[in-house]
Amino acid sequence: MNAASPHIDPPLAMLAELTYRCPLRCPYCSNPLEMTAASGEMDTGQWLGVIEEAADMGVLQIHFSGGEPTVRQDLEDMVGRAEVLGIYTNLITSGVLIDQARLEGLADRGLQHIQLSFQGTEEAGADRIGGFRGGHRKKLETARLAGEIGLPLTINAVMHRQNMDDLESMIQMAVDFGAKRLEVAHVQYYGWGLRNRAALVPTREQLEHATEIVEAARERLKGILVLDYVVPDYYARYPKSCMGGWGRQFLNVTPSGRVMPCHAAETIPDMTFDSVGERPLLDIWEQSKAFTRFRGTGWMPEPCRSCDRREIDWGGCRCQALALTGNAAATDPVCEKSPEHERIAALAAAEAAAGTDEFEYRRFGQGG
Amino acid sequence: MAAAVTIGEASVPHLPRGVRLKFDKPRDQWVLLAPERMFVLDDIALEIVKCCDGKASVAAIADDLSARFEAPRDTVAKDVIILLQDFAEKGVVAA
Repeated sequence: MNAASPHIDPPLAMLAELTYRCPLRCPYCSNPLEMTAASGEMDTGQWLGVIEEAADMGVLQIHFSGGEPTVRQDLEDMVGRAEVLGIYTNLITSGVLIDQARLEGLADRGLQHIQLSFQGTEEAGADRIGGFRGGHRKKLETARLAGEIGLPLTINAVMHRQNMDDLESMIQMAVDFGAKRLEVAHVQYYGWGLRNRAALVPTREQLEHATEIVEAARERLKGILVLDYVVPDYYARYPKSCMGGWGRQFLNVTPSGRVMPCHAAETIPDMTFDSVGERPLLDIWEQSKAFTRFRGTGWMPEPCRSCDRREIDWGGCRCQALALTGNAAATDPVCEKSPEHERIAALAAAEAAAGTDEFEYRRFGQGG
Repeated sequence: MAAAVTIGEASVPHLPRGVRLKFDKPRDQWVLLAPERMFVLDDIALEIVKCCDGKASVAAIADDLSARFEAPRDTVAKDVIILLQDFAEKGVVAA
């Protein structure tokens, strides 16, 4: 398969990052270090246009995300439009700005599902990580409300070295709230997470213990709770199939309307991204430089090019390759076939052992 | 705490809230859309899922499919139960 393959299916899902504004300041936020302020955000009409284009292309799911998407008071209009167009809608939220009326309003407009993130299960620790006092308590209230309304709920447990002891209670909390799905997601090291890596990366022992807990819970809770598990790459043998392959299944629209293959792609230098409104979304997906650059297998170096996993993990993550080797087109160094693999595992172990517990919290304007 | 579902002939399956059956036109396939996941349905799975209306029991579904596809009822019932049990564990079918 050639990099500029003549036929590519439309994306399955669109991540709509409505805003970068968020009351939380999580030190592993996936948003870029340099964030667009509210004044640079697309307006309601522009977003509705994007949703129309997505529907025409055949996008099946829209994940409304941010930042904190409920900062936008027009979220209901967007959910409503997507529903009318037959798109499955998901809200990825911190849950700290939602009250009962808002949640019911969103459900009435057709919202199908809510993914609610937690920073821990113990209030002081969770609020410290999120950098927002009272946040944990509000999240508990939102989870309870979702259950009361009957809105399907996924709990997203973001795990790292400093909250790994909460994993068992996190699983129990998801069951108690009637969540049908729990995503145990070890922090990924992009954006703010990369900047705070030394404070977040777990020890190998912590990771192995967490994996045992998840596997036991999967067995014990079969038919009650679906557990999805995202491991921290640095200790893995093979890289993850990032975004299901570059430009294969997902597209991401930023608050200002730039269209990207993933939410971290802006970190790659000499990439140019098209914006909605300037070029049709379908054309950006099929033809743009950004989307074709690492699509398929034609761009791959060795050992990826001849690897029998090349269409399983699609070369792993380009942003990670860049962050760790300085070259976005390199083999993802998480892969055991990468010459950098040992160095990365050693780096993780060293940071886990000696890293500070102090966070550099997410903030606007001073990140770069 | 909720109990895990065990699918049997008496179960009355339905698609829970947050799960939606949809024809995916660009890819020419039927899919079950679920929270942050989707499942592509083959022809058999599609026929079974279409019967999950919250009224018909598994026994009735097996009768119906067995008659329509002229297949042995025992085999059909077994296939229906296996598929629905798997879907129930994935959280995309309730009963």
